[in-house]
Amino acid sequence: MLNFTAFIPRAVAQGMPLLYGSTGETITQKAGNLNLGIPGVMYVGAISGVIGSFLYERSVVASAALNPALAVGIPLLSCLFGSLVMGLIYCFLTVTLRANQNVTGLAMTTFGVGFGNFFGGSLIKLTGADVPSITLSRTSNVFRTVLPFANSTGWFGKVFLSYGFLAYLGILIALIAAHVLKRTRTGLHLRAVGESPATADAAGINITGYKYAATCLGCMIAGLGGLYYVMDYMNGVWSNDAFGDRGWLAIALVIFTIWRPDVGIFASILFGGLYILYLFLPTGENLSVKELYKMLPYIVTIIVLIFTSIRNKRENQPPASLGLAYFREER
Amino acid sequence: MQTAKREPLIHMTKRKELGSLQSWGVRLLAILLAAVVCAVVTGLITGINPLHFYQTMASGSLGTARRRWTMGKEMAVLLCISLALTPAFRMRFWNLGGEGQILIGALATAACMILLGDQLPGPVLILVMILSAVAAGAVWAAIPALCKARWGTNETLFTLMMNYVAIQLCAYYIIVWEVPKGSGKIGIINQSTEAGWLPVIGNRYLLTVLVAAVLTVFMYIYLAYSKHGYEISVVGESEATARYVGIKVGKVILRTLLLSGAICGLTGFLLVSGTDHTLTTTLAGGKGFTAVMVAWLAQFNPLGMVLSSFLLVFMSQGAAEISKIYGLNQSYGDILTGIILFFIIGSEFFIRYQLHFRKSAGKEARADA
Repeated sequence: MLNFTAFIPRAVAQGMPLLYGSTGETITQKAGNLNLGIPGVMYVGAISGVIGSFLYERSVVASAALNPALAVGIPLLSCLFGSLVMGLIYCFLTVTLRANQNVTGLAMTTFGVGFGNFFGGSLIKLTGADVPSITLSRTSNVFRTVLPFANSTGWFGKVFLSYGFLAYLGILIALIAAHVLKRTRTGLHLRAVGESPATADAAGINITGYKYAATCLGCMIAGLGGLYYVMDYMNGVWSNDAFGDRGWLAIALVIFTIWRPDVGIFASILFGGLYILYLFLPTGENLSVKELYKMLPYIVTIIVLIFTSIRNKRENQPPASLGLAYFREER
Repeated sequence: MQTAKREPLIHMTKRKELGSLQSWGVRLLAILLAAVVCAVVTGLITGINPLHFYQTMASGSLGTARRRWTMGKEMAVLLCISLALTPAFRMRFWNLGGEGQILIGALATAACMILLGDQLPGPVLILVMILSAVAAGAVWAAIPALCKARWGTNETLFTLMMNYVAIQLCAYYIIVWEVPKGSGKIGIINQSTEAGWLPVIGNRYLLTVLVAAVLTVFMYIYLAYSKHGYEISVVGESEATARYVGIKVGKVILRTLLLSGAICGLTGFLLVSGTDHTLTTTLAGGKGFTAVMVAWLAQFNPLGMVLSSFLLVFMSQGAAEISKIYGLNQSYGDILTGIILFFIIGSEFFIRYQLHFRKSAGKEARADA
């Protein structure tokens, strides 16, 4: 039988990068931008954080303790900065220059993954380590600091309190995003931009401003997912290509949650669980079945995608102008 | 001049139609600019002299006969996939599932080689392999197409997800068929008997290159001169118009995607039977995505794709050489490719739109005079 106190924390840890990615992508898509560059952005976010903390760890003597504020602040800021730059590139090309969003996104993914692996590889070389990875355990320890009573409260502490602060931040961001999108005027404007930019424009909403803001913010949130993966999930170990296809899974999650970040909290944990389910299910001698289990998140997403299109309920549809550039004089 | 103050600094309008010569000029300019930026970036990061940099790239991709053949093969594979995606793109059906359609074709091919390798005579076996690869690829593309035609399901996301289903399916069968047990890979299939291997004519890669060339010509004619090609264009321009003139949109979508997937499946067959003789989950190696950019760079013109696939393969092969010689990381090529793509993507704007700068009062007066 599944051991839930062991399974859930791992599912949560596995799901958090997906939650960050999908929250970011949801905000982006609500503004009508289909950013397929999210996998690249998450790589850039992760490696920017790694570079930041690498430089900081080097500047502190090995025996001295890290200043917690700096150890968290530097990687966090460099991660946000790296993702922001990626967001700005995407916005400049698709919003200002009205380029094709699919092609721009794919180019961003090529660039971002390459960027991450290149600088990751270079740092690995710099450290001269024998293993192809960088270990930033001192920074990671700060990131993974848990509440003091997490270990003393039994299964409750394990399931709910045993995570680093980034996990709680991810949930908080998702809740705020859900609230803003659904309940505030800003969210209403943002959705209007994604559904029908011409109408929004006529109502005096600044299309370019909203698209830029939403996409850049979305990229920064997604970038944090990359940072969480390295600093928390991987205990501060960066190795090339380790992040894998989680970025695409995050995009799948956006559809799965029918564009609702609050649903994303549970869905991401579910996806995280599906992603690692094979570790907990009895497969016996037959290792190959593992690979079929890994297919589950994608198949579930496809089924949701088909069902929402069959039911054709208006509130469950993708933003109407998703993927289309807006040019005022072309109406 | 009260009104002039409120006029924005830059005003843009849509161009009518820019001549093809001019638009290619703009793209060339973008590539040149990107090349300069790439050289400067490389110079800053590694301290390599930019001139020497491009010399190394050229020799890395075209320096020896062997490298030229590798280049030709890479180009051919990329071109095949781009050609496969093009009819769908012309219809504004964003088939991002090239990767999965190739893999599923490759899987079908490998299955035939492994299961039927010693049961069928050579030519029959190869025929069965081709048919099953083509059918597998076509089915893989037809599933999203059916849903799109029937319910309007978002095809970009659907095809994207199908990639990973295909990858995991391959991963599953790789473990089922692994040789030796526990190694997690198949190894070279039928190494001793060479059953199901495509015959080598001339060079090892010649056949692949020839197939790509034939496909290019076929696709050009199919899109530009056939009734099907015309229907695809109409559906791409406006589904409403297509319906009005009596084109069955659903049928066109399904038919086009069957073709698209079939060619991807064929590419998978070429990779397994013609060159690699094995099955891995990274067989397509991201080419399904790169092909999207190749097709788009050429504005979905099959002949233009020869150029754009050359450009992208040149970059990746050249960058591989750069990283080898200067001890850089392999991924450096991806960064350079990314930069070049950003520039070309950006340059499309200047082909489609025109900028009008606000004239200062003095200039305006002179212009009026």
